[in-house]
Amino acid sequence: MAKIKYHILCCGGTGCHASKSDVIMSRFNEVINEKGLTSDAKVVATGCFGFCEQGPIVKILPDNTFYTRVTPEDVEEIINEHIIKGRKVTRLLYTDPAKNEHIEDSKHMNFYKKQIRIALRNCGFIDPENINEYIAREGYEALSKVLGEMTPQQAIEEVKLSGLRGRGGGGFPTGLKWEFASKYQADQKYVVCNADEGDPGAFMDRSILEGDPHSVLEAMEICGYCIGATKGLIYIRAEYPLAIHRLKVAIKQAREVGLLGKDILGTGFDFDVELRYGAGAFVCGEETALIHSMEGHRGEPTVKPPFPAESGYLKKPSNVNNVETFANIPVIFNKGANWFNKIGTERSKGTKVFALAGKINNVGLIEVPMGTTLREVIYEIGGGIKGGKKFKAVQTGGPSGGCLTEKHLDVPIEYDTLIAAGSMMGSGGMIVMDEDNCMVSVAKFYLEFTVEESCGKCTPCRIGNKRLHEILDKITKGHGTMEDLDKLKNLSQVIKDTALCGLGQTSPNPVLSTIDNFWDEYVEHVTVKKCRAGVCTSMLKFVIDPEVCIGCTLCARNCPVNAITGERKSPHQINQDICIKCGTCKEKCKFGAISIK
Amino acid sequence: MGKINLIIDNKPVQVENGTTVLQAAKEIGIEIPTLCYFQLKDLNIENKPGGCRVCVVEIEGRRNLAPSCTTNCTEGMIVHTHSLRVLNARRTVVELILSDHPADCLVCPKSGNCELQNLAHRLGIREISYQGVQSTYRKDTSPSIIRDVDKCVMCRRCEMMCNDVQTVGALSAINRGFTAVVAPAFEQNLDKSPCTFCGQCVAVCPVGALSEVDNTPQVIRALTDKTKTVIVQTAPAVRVALGEEFGMEPGTIVTGKMAAALRELGFNYVFDTDFAADLTIMEEGTELLGRLSDFLAGKKDVKLPILTSCCPGWVNFLEHNFPEMKEVPSTAKSPQQMFGAIAKTYFANKIGVKREDLIVVSVMPCLAKKYECQRDEFKTNGDPDVNYSISTRELAKLIKMANIDFVNLPDAEFDNPLGESTGAAPIFGVTGGVIEAAVRTAYEVFTGQKLPKIEFTELRGLEGVRSATIKVGDLDLNIGIANGLGNARKLLNQVKKGEANYHAIEIMACPGGCIGGGGQPLHHGNSEIILKRSAAIYEEDRNKPLRKSHENPYIVKLYEEFLGKPCGELSHHLLHTHYFDRSTKIEIE
Amino acid sequence: MANIKLAEDKLKALIEVCKSFNNEKGELINVLHKAQEIFGYLPAEVQEVVAHELNVSVATVYGVVSFYSFFTMKPKGENPISVCLGTACYVRGAEKVLEEIKKVAKVEVGETTPDGKFSLACLRCVGACGLAPVLMIGQKVYGRVAPEKVNEILAEY
Repeated sequence: MAKIKYHILCCGGTGCHASKSDVIMSRFNEVINEKGLTSDAKVVATGCFGFCEQGPIVKILPDNTFYTRVTPEDVEEIINEHIIKGRKVTRLLYTDPAKNEHIEDSKHMNFYKKQIRIALRNCGFIDPENINEYIAREGYEALSKVLGEMTPQQAIEEVKLSGLRGRGGGGFPTGLKWEFASKYQADQKYVVCNADEGDPGAFMDRSILEGDPHSVLEAMEICGYCIGATKGLIYIRAEYPLAIHRLKVAIKQAREVGLLGKDILGTGFDFDVELRYGAGAFVCGEETALIHSMEGHRGEPTVKPPFPAESGYLKKPSNVNNVETFANIPVIFNKGANWFNKIGTERSKGTKVFALAGKINNVGLIEVPMGTTLREVIYEIGGGIKGGKKFKAVQTGGPSGGCLTEKHLDVPIEYDTLIAAGSMMGSGGMIVMDEDNCMVSVAKFYLEFTVEESCGKCTPCRIGNKRLHEILDKITKGHGTMEDLDKLKNLSQVIKDTALCGLGQTSPNPVLSTIDNFWDEYVEHVTVKKCRAGVCTSMLKFVIDPEVCIGCTLCARNCPVNAITGERKSPHQINQDICIKCGTCKEKCKFGAISIK
Repeated sequence: MGKINLIIDNKPVQVENGTTVLQAAKEIGIEIPTLCYFQLKDLNIENKPGGCRVCVVEIEGRRNLAPSCTTNCTEGMIVHTHSLRVLNARRTVVELILSDHPADCLVCPKSGNCELQNLAHRLGIREISYQGVQSTYRKDTSPSIIRDVDKCVMCRRCEMMCNDVQTVGALSAINRGFTAVVAPAFEQNLDKSPCTFCGQCVAVCPVGALSEVDNTPQVIRALTDKTKTVIVQTAPAVRVALGEEFGMEPGTIVTGKMAAALRELGFNYVFDTDFAADLTIMEEGTELLGRLSDFLAGKKDVKLPILTSCCPGWVNFLEHNFPEMKEVPSTAKSPQQMFGAIAKTYFANKIGVKREDLIVVSVMPCLAKKYECQRDEFKTNGDPDVNYSISTRELAKLIKMANIDFVNLPDAEFDNPLGESTGAAPIFGVTGGVIEAAVRTAYEVFTGQKLPKIEFTELRGLEGVRSATIKVGDLDLNIGIANGLGNARKLLNQVKKGEANYHAIEIMACPGGCIGGGGQPLHHGNSEIILKRSAAIYEEDRNKPLRKSHENPYIVKLYEEFLGKPCGELSHHLLHTHYFDRSTKIEIE
Repeated sequence: MANIKLAEDKLKALIEVCKSFNNEKGELINVLHKAQEIFGYLPAEVQEVVAHELNVSVATVYGVVSFYSFFTMKPKGENPISVCLGTACYVRGAEKVLEEIKKVAKVEVGETTPDGKFSLACLRCVGACGLAPVLMIGQKVYGRVAPEKVNEILAEY
């Protein structure tokens, strides 16, 4: 990158792509060509910067200028001002909401200050479709070191020493997992990368694959060397076309330069990677289900043991790790396990990537050291609650996790503390909710998801979750009883206790954690039939203030079910038995006489 | 590896490594309830998806409850099978299953013999706490089998039978989550699928989701119709299993009681399919010898190995899966259909009853027989040779309905002329029996010498695929035997690839042969029962004074009076058939 | 069993796809992905052919097709609408957007309009959570969709 003065990094992640970052990039190239600046500036399509809320993002190197919400129309101005005259386009700079002032470069933005980027180290820095850019940033050095200087056992020891635990949800120590797989003898073993990110509201893995596919390939090769596998398989959602494309490009380029295939780096080690496509089933994130799906079957989990390390893909020993876990591996070898295990906490080492979303100012992809508190994430990195509303809950762990409240805000983020608090790390979805979210409805939302995604193999998940959802639905419709709350508790406990796989066993967590933390809200729903967030519409009551109503009859004429009666020029009434809570009357009333109770 | 010590419900137990908690508990007399788990030990059939979660137990030190059917014992394990936590979980799980199950037990075909009903009873469930939406599927009635999918509990036993054991592939788990059930492709009817109607799915279904078509109402109606002469034939495997329905020891031979009960039910003539089995040997044996002598004479295009054709499930399987081999099986009809053809010609004529006034009922251990008797090629002017086929279970139901005290019934004899049989006939009911019966006759006909030893034990046993070479004079007769359609597929694939050199192959669709048929009393996974039925079949053979089909005097008489000679013109017309290609054809639009 | 009829060119393409995966049973899902690319959906006839070519039962193929939400047996509309119901979109009001689409386009989830113009589906997370709520029509992503904007968006088609 030496000769060129400016590098214009444009985010090519799915989020920014959806807001025309591709058009912006071609516009940059057009203008650069028109103005004959090809030797001064170069456009680079990168992976996700993480700050999706402010997308499309354009970052200019070397000065780290961070332009937000760029449109194709802004391109000419950026070239004229920044590239030609060296002056920043102030109006496109990120504005710190607290201080209301422009921040010139990303280093000084709160969003990035608290982050440590290991798994996301290259996302937003390199062109993911150019292997040379990966190599320029220590790419494939770890592989070369492992193949050239370490025995498989030494390499496994290094991973063990790093303290890395699985980032897919369970948190199983990665080195130990590799060791198990290495111990089984077989003519063929497999390294499987789980890229079937199905957690609604999570897109960590996709962003890594889109922004830094080689880091995953490199790690899979290292894993292959450690466990004695020569084949790697990436099980990826078919709904991730961009990630699939980038992986294909990466695999091709790696093969071309001899970093994948036969006799890698002349060490005699063979390894190649193939893609396998998921077809829309959340349960395939569970490793046995994933393996069955790769074999062409229904994605139903099977009872463990046997674990995949013993009998996995095609009944051969297999090691399954998720994308983020793999993305950490090269760094562990480059910087050393002892560097890595200094980051984080006693039992959770390194960092964790979260997809921060919901009612929060800075939606995006973040990576923080383990032990960071929820408060730091939500208020410092996330910039607080949208619209200045009151924080109510944060949901971590997706459909398997739970909702944490105000009282958990100072809990350090670690595998074990989150479980103790009634949630879990999960794959890294982090959804912030405010006072407008009804917690019973949130639990219902997750159960709806689980019901839809249950494979149907075991009774508790197939029927139990359906019944849980039905009870929650009944409560949100205003027909719940206290007995229903008891049933929710017992049924949740039994499902947790008896379901076959991780999906089923954790599916009641959203219910249990909201019952634990928002018991009052449940009780309100069933006893006084009130939804304090105003989400459960069937509990709403529209009333006309007789003091304000002048009897214009407009509401009565517009009511679709004729629930409003009253004489002209005298106050009207709403018959609550007929009212369907559509809100038309309130909208139509010109005097503000109708309110919700 | 050696033994493992563990503690179950405070009792120490020592087991072999690899034993499941369920088995270990059983060894010390603790019967953990199960639902999806299923095993036919002696036939190497096992179903353990670990899906129903009824058999969960508490294992100290484990976060969750564990399914005992799929959890192996480990050293020092401490297991509780009836802690409060386990009981609550087990009850809740069963209540959940019941909450998505029609509560029509009173009129369900499985009532009284339903594993879910028993489970609910055993757990003392008196109310279902978790009510909600129930699944609604279309009921599917095929000629043999009724699918009432609303009752499916996703135990996957039928799927395992249909795919892993039988390799028929008519059924699969479909959909997912709450809507997941086992069904044919596109939820279409079974008769549009490659189903062979072997009925093994019905034989293992713990509930009423799969049951046989009930033909007893038609039989009752026929019996009460004074204008009809109603005759009955009973297959060999029925007499060694029917007693079970009346609480008798498995393997009890109830031939005499059965004949007496049928007479009490009002059948005008009580005949025996065994007679037709002897007839089948005459035809099939002659056909075999014919093909063999053509082969030995160096003729080209001789269809060898000859394949037996008495099992309709197997015939359906061939027509769907091996249509290119449809000229290979013996053209001899099955005993059921031979009986029907003879009854409606020779016998009707003998007693002076018009064909349309003669009703032939068959009692079969089989559900495919229901389909077989409805095949068009077995009808004359729309009138079927066999009008109704009922299963062993349906006969038991009829007997109970008619207030007959079966257990204390004095023995009776079959009527003649279609009731006499040799020992070669009953062994049709067990795998290897047809070919043994054929060899007994073929040997004597081919060599012109008397058999030195009647029993060919080398042809017996329950292994899925067997082979033996029998010396018939100078000829080494290579015989292959398969029971279970998956084994049949293996054997046929060997033949197709030219890896096997058989002259004759016997195939029975059901594991164990007809004794394990889809219409037999339910064994609920106890394979001992099948072994006992097998032993009884051979005992029935030994008890017969004549043990070779060609020695049956009524068969001899039938040929003299009516048919002429085996494989002659009339037998060709009445006793032989042909097969169809039923595979899916892909055409260009 | 029934006889299956398919147009010659498509049948050939399908058989080619199976061949390209060496007619391996284990490649069933990959084959179905390709088949759905060719036909737009997976009608019974296509599943019969795939079963035949890969030597598995049709019931097995259907078992797989009906398991995965990506596979469909119904043809999609000219403009398939997908509403993201991921959590991020949900908490920002995706359900209301979905209701509005149902009303405006007169189509239910999983259905296609009688004129074949629109079909409606829900999906879990497009990964553009920063733009929540999000909907897609064809490959085009619409972000920050308010229910009021639905009419305007659909009018583009």
